[in-house]
Amino acid sequence: MRRAKLLAFSLVLVFLAGVVFGCGGQQAGTQKEQTIKIGLMAPLQGNVKTFGESVQKGFELALEEAGYKVGNFKIEKVIADDRNNSTEAANAATKLIDSDKVVAIVGAVTSKCTVPASEIAQARGVVMISPTSTAANVTVDKGKRKDFIFRACFIDPFQGTVAARFAVNELKAKTAAILYDQGNDYTVGLAKAFKDEFEKLGGKVLVEETYAEGDKDFSAVLTTVAQKNPDILYLPDYYNKVSLIGQQARDKGIKAKFLGGDGWDSAELNFKVMAGGYFTAHYSKDEPREAVRNWVKKFEAKYGSAPDSFATLGYDATKMLLKAIETAGSADPAKIRDALAALKDFPAVSGDMRFDANGNPIKQAVVLQVQEDGTYKYISTIQP
Amino acid sequence: MDWNYFAGQVINGLQLGLVYALIALGYTMVYGIVKLINFAHGDVFMVGAFIGYFGFVHWGLPWPLAVLVSMAVCALLGVTIERVAYRPLRYAPRIVALISAIGVSFFLEYFCSLSFVFGADYRIVPRPMEDVVWRLGSVSVTNVQVLIMVVVMAMLVLLQWLVYRTRIGAAMRTVSYDHDTARLMGVDVDRTISITFAIGSALAAVGGILYSIAYPQIDTFMGVIPGLKAFTAAVLGGIGLIPGAVLGALIMGQVEVMTAAYISSQMRDAVAFAILILVLLVRPSGILGRTEPEKV
Repeated sequence: MRRAKLLAFSLVLVFLAGVVFGCGGQQAGTQKEQTIKIGLMAPLQGNVKTFGESVQKGFELALEEAGYKVGNFKIEKVIADDRNNSTEAANAATKLIDSDKVVAIVGAVTSKCTVPASEIAQARGVVMISPTSTAANVTVDKGKRKDFIFRACFIDPFQGTVAARFAVNELKAKTAAILYDQGNDYTVGLAKAFKDEFEKLGGKVLVEETYAEGDKDFSAVLTTVAQKNPDILYLPDYYNKVSLIGQQARDKGIKAKFLGGDGWDSAELNFKVMAGGYFTAHYSKDEPREAVRNWVKKFEAKYGSAPDSFATLGYDATKMLLKAIETAGSADPAKIRDALAALKDFPAVSGDMRFDANGNPIKQAVVLQVQEDGTYKYISTIQP
Repeated sequence: MDWNYFAGQVINGLQLGLVYALIALGYTMVYGIVKLINFAHGDVFMVGAFIGYFGFVHWGLPWPLAVLVSMAVCALLGVTIERVAYRPLRYAPRIVALISAIGVSFFLEYFCSLSFVFGADYRIVPRPMEDVVWRLGSVSVTNVQVLIMVVVMAMLVLLQWLVYRTRIGAAMRTVSYDHDTARLMGVDVDRTISITFAIGSALAAVGGILYSIAYPQIDTFMGVIPGLKAFTAAVLGGIGLIPGAVLGALIMGQVEVMTAAYISSQMRDAVAFAILILVLLVRPSGILGRTEPEKV
């Protein structure tokens, strides 16, 4: 109780200090160069720390390129670690906003962290742009748009649509079978979008079956698939489940081409079994575009390795934010928000983009093919 | 009715059922002798799969040797579990031993997930032989399926011989009737129980390896669902009875596969367990179980 009072008292003090000194600072700043702070929120420890490390590399490279300056502002970066834990994410967002006083945040990386952090950013009126969170409720809460929140990646259902177009237009598929996990929003979203688009384009879905997360035996369903002999087997799940289904499908003599989503993108995919399969992804380092070639060269020069999609989207998100601050010419988050929403044909590395009404980018996706030697081959780019 | 399709599904069900049978045997043997449901059995199955994987992939052993090493490790593990977690509680109320079994199960799952043990990652198991698919009409049979059938059948014959034709088998059957009487007859009860755990665990190791060949991916929680299904199969057939475990497992396999094939893949577990409940309502001691009420 006592401690709570003390805490409340010190918060009030901090707040008052902020008001007094904050105002003073701004008046002085109109003459000389003003410093603004941009926060990065990413998992730098824990189970997905490589995601966070990659995003941080992209973030820092973008700021470095800008010389830590945008318009009349000097930029100071503040980095917060959410450890891929939603409680930690809420704490990190509160710290960045209330104590570091950032004007905008790049982050978080995983949807489960971005959702709670975005509630805080929205309530405090701070711009937040997530590089990689694909869940629909990051930018929209129960049908209501969180207008300070944006993202740099496409959302789950879009991938299903792209996969269907690729199947019909490039693979000339007429029939498909879909297997997905009924308990996972990600796979349900992809499967539904794939089916809608595939049927709209004149294809026929011959088999649509679900399974539960713990299932390991798919023989019954795959026997059905083998009998119907579709052109495409759509498997929109993560790499470990897909590897298991793929092996059993080949055991059943299924000749269909495998197709999937970005959940396949892992070094732990069973490349031997999945070789020849296609999946949709945010970006490929082999894409023959000028922007991509320059980016890969830049990144390799600095870090000595090729950028993955997390680094790329981290870079893109940061660049979009810098562009918006420059256009707004102001450190007022509301003005930055408006400038961000109004971005048109922004040349991001992962494709030219603009935002739709829900703060989701409208941009291309790429299709990659799994190779037996553990790499991916760039196949094509699909426009939205 | 498409008979080729049906035949294909029967083979799928047989494969699944035979793997369940290997696990169910361990449950039923232990239950028959100490009246304990050894919930850690599914996790011994997991350890068996991992040791087989390490033996083959990391220690470079030939497959048959990797299987033997895995069986030996699991036998030892089973004996240790019995010694540490069950023997001190043998004459305590049954619920105490059951809780202890659940504890051992969780311990194995989470201990093995630690990074210096097996780690929490999913691992892909390379198959020891090239995949071969034979076609009989439109029915396809793989060499993996044949391997499973042959190995499980061999194990069943071996077990039958062991239980009914050897001294230790006679001791096991005696202990299963009554511990005190068996002791009076000169049977070393503790040793017999240890051997039962060793045999059951070694069978689980074989089951784990076959399972990881058929479904080539392992993780430290892989034993939970098959363990539960095999336990159900053992109860369905009549727990404590070796033929009952096999019959129950084969029925479970067929029901699951047929439900997925002809009704819906979402319903497979719902239907499988509904059948279990129905059978137990009609025959509380299982399909092959004696109908007289059990003394508790």
